[in-house]
Amino acid sequence: MKNRSGQREAVGKVWAGVLVCLVVILMTAAGYGQPALKKITFIPQWSPQAQFAGYYAAYEKGIYARHGLNVKILRGGAHRPSSELLENGEADVGTIWLSTALQKRSGGVRLVNIAQVAQRSSLMLIAKKSRGIRRPEDLEGKKVGLWGDDFRIQPTAFFKKYAIKVKVVPQSYSVNLFLRDGVDAASAMWYNEYHTILNAGINADELTSFFYSDYGLNFPEDGIYVMEETLKKDPAAVCAFVNASLEGWRWAFDHPEEAIDIILKYMVEANVPANKVHQRWMLERMKDVIIPSGSDRAAMGVLKKEDYERVGKELKEGGLIADVPGMDAFAFTCAGYVQK
Amino acid sequence: MFKNKGIAFKLVLFFTLSSAAIFAAIFSYNYLVSRRMIQKGIEENSANLITTTTSRIEVLLTSTQKVPQNTAYLLENTNYDEAELFKVIYAIVEKNPEIYGAAVAFEPYAFDRTKKYFAPYFYRNGEGISFKYLDRFYDYFHWDWYQIPRELEQPQWTEPYFGEGGGVLMSSYAVPFYRVVDGTRRLTGVVVVDISVEELRKIVSSIRILRSGYGFLISKNGTFVTHPIKEHIMNETIFSIAEERKDPMLRETGRRMIRGETGYSAGSVKSAVTGKTCIMTYVPIKSNGWSLGVLFPYDELMADITNLNHVVLALGIGGLILLALAVVFIARSITRPLTEMADIAGRIGTGDLEAHVPEVRTKDEVGRLASALDCMKTSLKDYIREITDTTAARQRMESELKIARNIQMGILPKEFPPFPDRKDFDIHALTIPAREVGGDFYDFFLIDRDHLCIVIGDASGKGIPAAIFMAFTKTLIKAKASVSIETGVLMEEVNDELSKGNPADMFITVFCAILNTATGELRYTNGGHNPPVIIRRTGDLSYLDGPGELVVGIMEGTRYTTRTLALNPGDGLFLYTDGVTEAMNAAGEIFSTDRLKDVLATCADGDVSAITACVGGAINDFCKDAPQYDDITMMAVRYEGTGSGNG
Repeated sequence: MKNRSGQREAVGKVWAGVLVCLVVILMTAAGYGQPALKKITFIPQWSPQAQFAGYYAAYEKGIYARHGLNVKILRGGAHRPSSELLENGEADVGTIWLSTALQKRSGGVRLVNIAQVAQRSSLMLIAKKSRGIRRPEDLEGKKVGLWGDDFRIQPTAFFKKYAIKVKVVPQSYSVNLFLRDGVDAASAMWYNEYHTILNAGINADELTSFFYSDYGLNFPEDGIYVMEETLKKDPAAVCAFVNASLEGWRWAFDHPEEAIDIILKYMVEANVPANKVHQRWMLERMKDVIIPSGSDRAAMGVLKKEDYERVGKELKEGGLIADVPGMDAFAFTCAGYVQK
Repeated sequence: MFKNKGIAFKLVLFFTLSSAAIFAAIFSYNYLVSRRMIQKGIEENSANLITTTTSRIEVLLTSTQKVPQNTAYLLENTNYDEAELFKVIYAIVEKNPEIYGAAVAFEPYAFDRTKKYFAPYFYRNGEGISFKYLDRFYDYFHWDWYQIPRELEQPQWTEPYFGEGGGVLMSSYAVPFYRVVDGTRRLTGVVVVDISVEELRKIVSSIRILRSGYGFLISKNGTFVTHPIKEHIMNETIFSIAEERKDPMLRETGRRMIRGETGYSAGSVKSAVTGKTCIMTYVPIKSNGWSLGVLFPYDELMADITNLNHVVLALGIGGLILLALAVVFIARSITRPLTEMADIAGRIGTGDLEAHVPEVRTKDEVGRLASALDCMKTSLKDYIREITDTTAARQRMESELKIARNIQMGILPKEFPPFPDRKDFDIHALTIPAREVGGDFYDFFLIDRDHLCIVIGDASGKGIPAAIFMAFTKTLIKAKASVSIETGVLMEEVNDELSKGNPADMFITVFCAILNTATGELRYTNGGHNPPVIIRRTGDLSYLDGPGELVVGIMEGTRYTTRTLALNPGDGLFLYTDGVTEAMNAAGEIFSTDRLKDVLATCADGDVSAITACVGGAINDFCKDAPQYDDITMMAVRYEGTGSGNG
């Protein structure tokens, strides 16, 4: 999920690229004498990868423009938390994890969920079968690599649930410590590190995978957020963004190879390691996460009450929030704006 | 299938096919053996190449490893202050050109109880050496180079990474060092040196195999560290390539590589550059667990043998064509004369004996056939000429026979009854000439009103001479016959005439009689002829006795006797030539005088024509289909008398 090179971006170069694109789009729009597009600045919570394929596709394929928006996509990264950019007004819309957003909201930041894109948690724990780990209980006393902050909420609840004591090793940006057996188990995102491990030569059948979502700890992750005042000011534009983004996702799922090419282009611009098979894997997993099997495509982006309550409860029990904010104030449904 | 095809076609087909089969077998064997030899050569050469390359890499890595190892030893066993530490780190970078940067990173508060982060870092910056502290923003505790050796408690080479700022691909060697505090060995920090992978890249890229072969280096995770395709470096692992290509074999090869195995994968790996099939060998870099792979482009390795095979193939095909042409030539040289001879034999068969038999100079079977055919033609020609000649001769002879028969028939009286107004005697003659005229003759004529001359004879020899001789004799007898002459005298005169001009010594048997129709007296002379049969009115039959006299025409001056026989009315005489009695049947039996007598006994009371017909029929019955060699001549005479007054 994180990597060292992500920090070294050729920021200027990309800004220039984005600006050129914007200028071209603006000139084109002006040339056709259409009404001026509403400007929206979007910040994904990480550097370009297929985790955000829908947004980049919506941008590249002119879906945002078709919804009357002039979207500018900012480059995310470890040191540019999207919630902060929303807070300080650098960005209008951003993606944030539900658990993060809940904590922020609880902490007084008036973030509003306008779409819950991911329906299923991708966070997981991976162990090598060769280290004798096959069930959660086998983790007792083992060295387990965990990321910080929000990434620890589910594992903590998980260990508590099974009354396991593990030796927590702070997990870095790579999975190398795990690969070299520096830890017995490591954290992974299903769409990212899991595949990285597979592509470091470990076969899936050599691994034991613990999906938190399988253990009653489904914390849906990526959602789209705005500040409350942004929503109040122009709910139509906000909902146009949501609808266009979901349309972008649907297009990406229907045109995976094209979508991957778009993503790779942004990755190369951002100077992050770009691997086509990895991005293909990620897009396929995002589809699993965004449209879990059996769910309706049209019902994409809905924040389910039980998910919301589950995350709130766990956060409260974990002592991370004092009270669970009311869902009505926290989540705004754009259903009424779909027809627009 | 080939029944209707010519010999040439069959020869070409079978020779060419069998030669092609032999050639294909030799070619395949040669190809397999030479390919095996080449592969063996590759294995040996690649082993050398790879050993050289890996030892160069190992030298670089192990010499680099020594620096932080020595430093860690120093830090574990000596006391030092910050200035001394800086000097040591600076010296590492300064004195080791292959080292890009070096740091000693301490555990929290391990160097200074007030400092959580303490990690002085010297690194190359252009021509000079720069310094910085790795601080809380960098948060080195979570980096692989720190965390992995810390957790594993042993020195580690890191996965390659892009260095700060310049995008230089680096790898770090980090050695944890310890201090014994309160009796327990505690981690104090990590000594780390960074090296540029560029040096490794140079070593690996010096691997040049033929036109498109190359070497590559993968890290412990399978990530490409060096590769001719720049985009592969750091972006791809051997496993992601395997996934992209859907090639589980490549994934398995990659797993072997990162496990530190040495191996050889023949023919299953595709070059990332050309997409062609390659033979890949791989060996581990023991120092850092990376692996070196070398791809040998198969088609280029096999280029020489492929070229050779092309030449061999071309030569083989050329040879086969030449062979086919040679076979065609030989077959033609056999079949052309054969075909011609077949045509000629056909023409000869239809009678064209002028057909020219081709000249075949060889002494082989074809030559023998040709000369045999020629010989056959010549023999046929000769034979046919002979036949033609014979036929001409026979035709001539037959015409002569015809002439002779014409003569014979022409001079014999054939009108019966010859004297229809005379009731006092009756006469009938029958002659059945043989194919070749035998020389039989008969005659009867009235010398005057009361004297009837009867003659029957048989000239010796056959054909024209016999016919002429017979005609001559008949004419002489007729000319000399008169009322006053005795038959004996007549015979003597005729004999003398014939004897004179008879150089061929021909002769003739003659029975000559003169019947006095008034009295029934018969005066006769028998010149060597078969005795006639007297048929009495009573039915008695007897041969006319009396000694036979010499045949006529052989000796001049021969005397002949005239004899007398009295015939009563109703008595008759049956005259014949030896053709009757000596007629032979198929069994070789002759008709004989006895049989003649028996036959006459059965039909003596009929009229004269009935008697001749009766005897003729009997002979015919006797001989059946047996050929007739001699004329058969018979004559029956019956004296009826002049009436009762004269009787």
